[in-house]
Amino acid sequence: MVDQSTVERLKDLACEARKNILRLCHKGATHIGGDLSMADMMTVLYQYGMKYDPKRPDWEERDRFILSKGHGAGCLYVTLAMAGYFSMDEVLAKYREPGSPFGEHPSSEVPGVEISTGSLGHGLSVSVGLALAARLDGRGNRVFTLMGDGETQEGSVWEAAMAAAHYELGNLVAFVDRNRISLDGETEKLLRLEPYAEKWRAFGWNVVVIDGHDIEQIVAVFDNLPPVDSKKPTVVIGKTVKGKGVASMENDVNWHAGSIDADFLARSCAELDEARRRERGE
Amino acid sequence: MAQETFQFFSLIEKMSAREVYGKKLAEIGKTNDRIVVLTADLMRSNKTGDFMKAHPDRFFNIGIAEQNMMGIAAGLALDGKLPFVSTMATFATMRACEQVRTDICYANLPVRIVATHGGLTTGAGPTHYGQEDLAIMRSLPNMTVIAPGDPNQIGKVVEASIEWEGPMYIRIGRGGEPVVYKEDYTYEIGKSITVREGDHITLIATGSIVFYAVAAAEMLAAEGIRARVIDMHTIKPLDRQAVIKAAKETGAIVTAEDHNIYGGLGSAVAEVLAEEGLACKFRRLGIPDLFAGYGEPEYLYHLYGYDAEGICSAAKALL
Ligand SMILES: Cc1ncc(C[n+]2csc(CCOP(=O)(O)OP(=O)(O)O)c2C)c(N)n1
Repeated sequence: MVDQSTVERLKDLACEARKNILRLCHKGATHIGGDLSMADMMTVLYQYGMKYDPKRPDWEERDRFILSKGHGAGCLYVTLAMAGYFSMDEVLAKYREPGSPFGEHPSSEVPGVEISTGSLGHGLSVSVGLALAARLDGRGNRVFTLMGDGETQEGSVWEAAMAAAHYELGNLVAFVDRNRISLDGETEKLLRLEPYAEKWRAFGWNVVVIDGHDIEQIVAVFDNLPPVDSKKPTVVIGKTVKGKGVASMENDVNWHAGSIDADFLARSCAELDEARRRERGE
Repeated sequence: MAQETFQFFSLIEKMSAREVYGKKLAEIGKTNDRIVVLTADLMRSNKTGDFMKAHPDRFFNIGIAEQNMMGIAAGLALDGKLPFVSTMATFATMRACEQVRTDICYANLPVRIVATHGGLTTGAGPTHYGQEDLAIMRSLPNMTVIAPGDPNQIGKVVEASIEWEGPMYIRIGRGGEPVVYKEDYTYEIGKSITVREGDHITLIATGSIVFYAVAAAEMLAAEGIRARVIDMHTIKPLDRQAVIKAAKETGAIVTAEDHNIYGGLGSAVAEVLAEEGLACKFRRLGIPDLFAGYGEPEYLYHLYGYDAEGICSAAKALL
């Protein structure tokens, strides 16, 4: 059973993460739609599921995380700040400033970022390499990655998927932010992905399909992960909503990327707080 | 420093080559039904939506799959179509490089790759910079390589491309680049344009940097230095005669491009000078063989020394 106080704490953190994501989007343009859709899974990853030490980003035994959908940098910076790698103030001050390490896509100059990403369809291959290295060194860490669903239209993703199954990498866990929208529109209209879970299953993966905004379900994923030394990689298909939490942004392709003004920021933060209060039954 | 540059820019007319491209495609698509358009989940970015609306049956948004897109374009061209293929420069030339080389160039097919966000124009970091595309594309046999010298020029390039043989790589910016040409002019693939006459030194630029070369020439003029400015929009085949003439008549050449200094315009010009045995003062400007940082292009061009100021001081140092 999932512990309720943990769930409540994580929900508060996810709400705070969304507000930080919006603050950042006010500072400079971000890929806001996707930042908001991945926020719950990222919060649970860093605030519950993953093993790491922000004071020692090079700690050997740490779980590795690769943000394969690198355009979700905004959410990543917020998540890492809330995990203690640096302060949110620093991100807000430096985001998109000339010469800053905090750009529109994550650079490994940022503490906690293992490798620079932004070109889609790379992260799963790199994760396979990291999972193989952990096996070679006899280490017990896991490797996590998060991809966009549109991203998995790239052929390279499926080459990596085959490799992960072939090398029996049970220490590898891939999340997919299945918000059903990419840059131009709906994935199913551009290049059909369904039957999606079946594809991953056919490629030899352990497949978990969840509501990617249901904190309890995400927590349960971590509680039930197969042992690190097991033989099947796991893919978590999180069904999500692009722009989740800000009604006027939800499922709107125009909010793939953009920036918001102070007024929009204030209104959407109030909207998020209000929703969280209702959820708590206040 | 960056602040000054931005103010300077606010006075200047800017255009988006992507918009010009999208409109021109939709227009010529009406009269030429061989034209097909492909994009990889970047229709809203490369502005091919007008074409999609006008000619939905000849438009393919094939998802986030650039290698597949180039292969499909090769197949369409093999069977008589004239494909215009668009994605960002980095993905067109590197993600799908072998499809471009082996399926398109080796077969010598008339695929027009119109790559957006060339050079550092995205400001979105190394994963999104096209800072080695010209070098890569220039090394592919049969490939013609073009970087229009101002955002409106892409319209002329698209028109000229209809009758041009073989594959073409056409690199444009992100948009919001300043306009160089205020009046109409004739455009010919492979023939450079002398934007400004001069006999003390020649500034040869390509793509988004032509504007800065013109601005540098104006700065030099204020100090009594007469700089010739050449818009070398076609990098391959290079207008060798223009280079030879510049070397002989001005004795000093500065090249400037939004690209790694290795392998692009500067290298192409240097090859001509060396092969012709021409003694000429020479300096290449561009990205100094590193992965450029984050920032708006104006900031980065200044940082790496190929904005107007950088070109101007390099020219003075050379003389
Ligand atoms: C190889 C590559 N091609 C194209 C792009 C441009 N691009 C950035 S985000 C995006 C859409 C991504 O959609 P998805 O993976 O579904 O992400 P999300 O909806 O979660 O933002 C595209 C096409 C890219 N970054 N990399």
